Amino acid sequence: MAATLLLAEHDDASLNPVTARALTAALALGAPVHVLVVGAGCAAAAEAAAKLDGVAEVLVADAPSYAHRLAEPVSALLVALAGDYGAVIAPSTAFGKSVLPRFAALIDVMQVSDVIAVISPDTFDRPIYAGNAIQRVRATDATKVLSIRTASFAPAGEGGAAPIRAVALAETAAPARFLGEEVAHSARPELTAARAIVSGGRAVGSAENFHALIEPLADSLSAAVGASRAAVDAGYAPNDWQVGQTGKVVAPELYVAVGISGAIQHLAGMKDSKVIVAINKDEDAPIFQVADYGLVGDLFQIVPELTAEIAKAKA
Amino acid sequence: MKILVPVKRVVDYNVKIRVKADGTGVELANIKMSMNPFDEIAVEEALRLKEAGKATEVIAVSIGPVKTDETIRTALAMGADRGIWVKTEEAGIEPLAVAKILKAIVAEEAPGLVILGKQAIDDDCNQTGQMLAALLGWAQATFASKVALGDGTVEVTREIDGGLQTLSLDLPAVLTTDLRLNEPRYASLPNIMKAKKKPITERGAAEWGVDLTPRLQVLATTEPTGRTAGIKVSSAAELVGHLKTAGVL
Ligand SMILES: Cc1cc2nc3c(=O)[nH]c(=O)nc-3n(C[C@H](O)[C@H](O)[C@H](O)COP(=O)(O)OP(=O)(O)OC[C@H]3O[C@@H](n4cnc5c(N)ncnc54)[C@H](O)[C@@H]3O)c2cc1C
Ligand SMILES: Nc1ncnc2c1ncn2[C@@H]1O[C@H](COP(=O)(O)O)[C@@H](O)[C@H]1O
Repeated sequence: MAATLLLAEHDDASLNPVTARALTAALALGAPVHVLVVGAGCAAAAEAAAKLDGVAEVLVADAPSYAHRLAEPVSALLVALAGDYGAVIAPSTAFGKSVLPRFAALIDVMQVSDVIAVISPDTFDRPIYAGNAIQRVRATDATKVLSIRTASFAPAGEGGAAPIRAVALAETAAPARFLGEEVAHSARPELTAARAIVSGGRAVGSAENFHALIEPLADSLSAAVGASRAAVDAGYAPNDWQVGQTGKVVAPELYVAVGISGAIQHLAGMKDSKVIVAINKDEDAPIFQVADYGLVGDLFQIVPELTAEIAKAKA
Repeated sequence: MKILVPVKRVVDYNVKIRVKADGTGVELANIKMSMNPFDEIAVEEALRLKEAGKATEVIAVSIGPVKTDETIRTALAMGADRGIWVKTEEAGIEPLAVAKILKAIVAEEAPGLVILGKQAIDDDCNQTGQMLAALLGWAQATFASKVALGDGTVEVTREIDGGLQTLSLDLPAVLTTDLRLNEPRYASLPNIMKAKKKPITERGAAEWGVDLTPRLQVLATTEPTGRTAGIKVSSAAELVGHLKTAGVL
């Protein structure tokens, strides 16, 4: 059976934990898995990929032309490599979402987006309508191109020692150039990797209140911070905190929704969390329909109390 | 410069969809349909570029069955100049086939920009723009939150996982919109009236030899495993007790 190629998510220096989750999906296809690490100065990420359990080989394409992993050169590289593989897969990150369909079209394959379960090597489950329905699809193209919703797969373990091999670089025109990036560096865990998440909604009211209320609660839980679209649009939180249909999809052990009504587009991003807590002053807010524990009341009173209680419980 | 804006007719984002009991799909009879929200943003961006004197014509194109022209009409009422309706027997043409049709239209119209939504909120595929860019061999910028059109290039700020990234693309190029690119306008009554006279050209996928046969066979459509509402607690202390028991503290 032809091997599976998994496109790694990384920032050259380190491997993003979603790669280990996508690896679990890749291994479920039943064929040997090769991990492709593309970047400029990405040796450290390649070494981290080689340590993942179950990886047969790590391929590295390391060149200045792959800096920032723009879609044009990376998809061309995938085309050059694809002939050897039965499936090419990537996590559904901003990078994976940009590159994978471009590659799929170049080899005339219809991609299966956001796989949440591998039923067999050609049959997959994926959510549609913001997760309000699940489609089971059979991909009839010879090569399977799959993006993986990583929140639905447990991370593969570490302890492997796969060989690392450099691959030939693909020549491409470069119609796009990188100009700059504003990436927040925070000591907090990343949303898609966090064990716990505290998210704030429109009701939090301001960026200052996010700092004063939501962040201390998150810190007490060693949690990542998320937000609803309304909170992001209002400028209370940066765009990369958005959880939902069009933001990040998360499934932590604990999700605390503060002053979030629970619109379907928000639920689409968090309803697979293990334990959901909702704090909302409206007892009929839809968020309570998915919450394991609901606290009806004013967040400005409850959140500081909760932060203090958690600190006490952990002391 | 012309701008081509592909707009998709989808179930309105406020509708809570229902899965058919026999697993054959979702209930679509008598349901409110609208333009995909990201495509409204794409139309708005194209109109703003035209109003700024940077584009000459905005063309809305949609691929779909009967009534799809209503969605094109909505784009015309917002201010697009004309429409192209690629009429199909069925809805739900896959992104790869849509991209092939759009490529053929691009060959005829020669736009300088194609602006699509980043994702259709029915199939949630997030593929069509990237596929179109691939087939054309053009540069792409997905998830645009800011677009600055220059001379022969376009500077695009994109929403990426950790924050924002800015790219410069050679024109012609393909962009896909994110939510924060702009706030789409409502069509005014006079503009709705005016839109009735704007032309919509009807075409068929067969004209370009594009095969619409799905590559993905849908075996079943089911309800997601639901969550049931839990319990209400009365204090932060009580909540912490439960969280301890649940093992998540
Ligand atoms: C195409 C599309 C995509 C979208 N994608 C997303 C997405 O990815 N993520 C997302 O989140 N949204 C998304 N949305 C938006 C979504 O529909 C909702 O508008 C949004 O989630 C609402 O955010 P909110 O719950 O913070 O605000 P609101 O709906 O305004 O809710 C605020 C809540 O706070 C409560 N409240 C008010 N004051 C207090 C207080 N003092 N204490 C406690 N509670 C209080 C209120 O009772 C209310 O329930 C999308 C929409 C569209 C059209
Ligand atoms: N049938 C269609 N007609 C017109 N545009 C479409 C169609 N399908 C997809 N698109 C465009 O492609 C974008 C992304 O769709 P998708 O890849 O299906 O998530 C949409 O926001 C539209 O701009």
